[in-house]
Amino acid sequence: MRRMLFEGLARRPLTEKPPAADDTALAELAASLDRTARRRLGRSLAIREVDAGSCNGCELEIHALNNAFYDLERFGLRFVASPRHADVLLVTGPVTKNMREALERTHRATPDPKWVVALGDCAADGGIFAGSYAVAGGVSSVVPVDLHIRGCPPTPETILKGLISLLQPANEQGDPLHLSPPRGER
Amino acid sequence: MPSIAQTIEGKRVDNHRPWPRMTVTPDAWRRAAGELAAGRATLLGLWGDADAAPLVHMALADAAAGEILVASLACPDRKFPSVGALHPPAIRLERAVRSLYGYEPVSAPDVRPWLDLGFWNVQHPLGARSAPPPAPPAYDFLPVEGDALHQIPVGPVHAGIIEPGHFRFTASGETVVRLEQRLGYVHKGIESLMTGASLELAAKLAARTSGDSTVAYGIAFAHAVEAALRIDAPPRARYLRALMAELERLANHLGDIGAICNDASFSIMHAHCGILREHVLRAAAASFGHRLMMDRVIPGGVTADLDPDGATHIRNALQQVRRRLPQLIDLYDNTASLQDRTVGTGIVRAEWARQFGAGGFVGRASGRIFDARKTPGYAPYDGLDFSVPIFAEGDVNARVWVRIREVEQSVSLVEQIIRRMQDGPTTVAIEGGAGEGLGFAEAFRGDVLAWVRIEGGKIARCHLRDPSWFQWPLLEAAIEGNIVADFPLCNKSFNCSYSGHDL
Repeated sequence: MRRMLFEGLARRPLTEKPPAADDTALAELAASLDRTARRRLGRSLAIREVDAGSCNGCELEIHALNNAFYDLERFGLRFVASPRHADVLLVTGPVTKNMREALERTHRATPDPKWVVALGDCAADGGIFAGSYAVAGGVSSVVPVDLHIRGCPPTPETILKGLISLLQPANEQGDPLHLSPPRGER
Repeated sequence: MPSIAQTIEGKRVDNHRPWPRMTVTPDAWRRAAGELAAGRATLLGLWGDADAAPLVHMALADAAAGEILVASLACPDRKFPSVGALHPPAIRLERAVRSLYGYEPVSAPDVRPWLDLGFWNVQHPLGARSAPPPAPPAYDFLPVEGDALHQIPVGPVHAGIIEPGHFRFTASGETVVRLEQRLGYVHKGIESLMTGASLELAAKLAARTSGDSTVAYGIAFAHAVEAALRIDAPPRARYLRALMAELERLANHLGDIGAICNDASFSIMHAHCGILREHVLRAAAASFGHRLMMDRVIPGGVTADLDPDGATHIRNALQQVRRRLPQLIDLYDNTASLQDRTVGTGIVRAEWARQFGAGGFVGRASGRIFDARKTPGYAPYDGLDFSVPIFAEGDVNARVWVRIREVEQSVSLVEQIIRRMQDGPTTVAIEGGAGEGLGFAEAFRGDVLAWVRIEGGKIARCHLRDPSWFQWPLLEAAIEGNIVADFPLCNKSFNCSYSGHDL
């Protein structure tokens, strides 16, 4: 193991340059949230993932965000084990009727202020499963949604762009990662 | 020795391919159940049908002889003799038939609903639909009696980024006395959406039955449709399907090996395996235009040919795997604290794996060698050189080793495929038609079964059976006597599909 760790120090990091925030996502957030809420958002966020009926494709790509290439935690975004620790619910899948109550209860268990991100085409409107006797519909038919990230499944890069938009402070075109110098020095 | 068809006896149905389907009498149905119980046949699936009249189908195999057969029993009074009464692996399948169709397995050992959790606003959605009872009775978990026992309910929303399901643990101190699963939370009604769907839409639904096995589901569904309509996918399409299937297997196995170690808090394996998995997915995206290769396999062929640079991308990804994996295996095998967690944990006995017909790493870690690529086998695997790894220990460690050996086999298979693939068409046109077909594909977690009845070019009925149906129950058995803290480890080593099971 020691050899591997030393080799890791010698190798160039695999982590890639962060993508810019997604414009559509920023527009949706601007419309759905007031400035106060946005200001609160632009910091570190704890995310609770909820599979409300997905085929597990979205979960695979969410998992990928934690790998060395995307390294989600460098943005101050991290996944937590309980909704009680979360700022954001990241919900996938068409919400099945069998999961509706669990999603509602998870939402209630998340302390305010909280935001909901619906991930994937199914989460947007039920996708290919819409209309089934077993499906309630998109996430917004069960809990209020602040941001949609589309795709089947969205690539890790698309997810990253969407999540980074959450960190973009209201009415500022600046670097969402707070990596750029303070305003006075620009 | 007589074949299963000779033992059971029945009237062969026209138009079912490539293996026979027989309509049988209730007595013959019971004989089939007897063959399963005696271990002379393996249950491949059991599902309901509401053609002109109520029907139940059962697919069985004589693994030794390679004989496969579908037995169908008409049940005009919506009752059929329970197979589960003699052969436990059928119990959950029959409970699902009862919930979805309302057909009653007579003298079944477990009459509780399955998949139906009481939220659909309709009863028996695939059979004669009716309004549900106003207040569905509470679900009775199996009783547990004894001193100083406590229960731990877990889920449906779990702690990790994982699919939903409910686990009810009964523990004595730290030791699990019983685990009972309750699944169905991600039931999307796929079989009902399939009914009346065009082949194009149905293929998309099949591809979204379990996202991690999207290629395998595509292949199983395509095999069934192609058998029903008597068409053959062109040779290049067969190679491309196998290429995608092996990339899918590589990505999943690499992810699993790391994730299992991560559940033993050994995150360096997880980090490195995650990198290898990402290399494979990126090669898949560069070659076929989608990281998971979703919707690339369709009945009649494939929708995407290999990108001109695809072979190079894939070879580079394989190079990474070949270079890094031996180091990682070494690390896995020589870390005592990790081995302490995986060796001897969550044992699946060989007789359980055989009885349940458990496929994939769950079966192969417990001495059951079945692999749909070999038996019944399908092109192009008959012309490729590979072996199916097998272990006897049946513990978490053995399930890790099956994956490691399969990664090595898949690397070799991908190379063979790229080398042998000839230019040629990648699809053949499908013009309507009717017929019934049965198809298989070997997904990373085991054999997927697809059965279709096509009428007028549209799906009249489609049943998809995930390998997890025969693995989930073994997880309940494997965890017994282990400590609660080892459950995540056992669960990840099984990595059953919730979505594929729940449909």
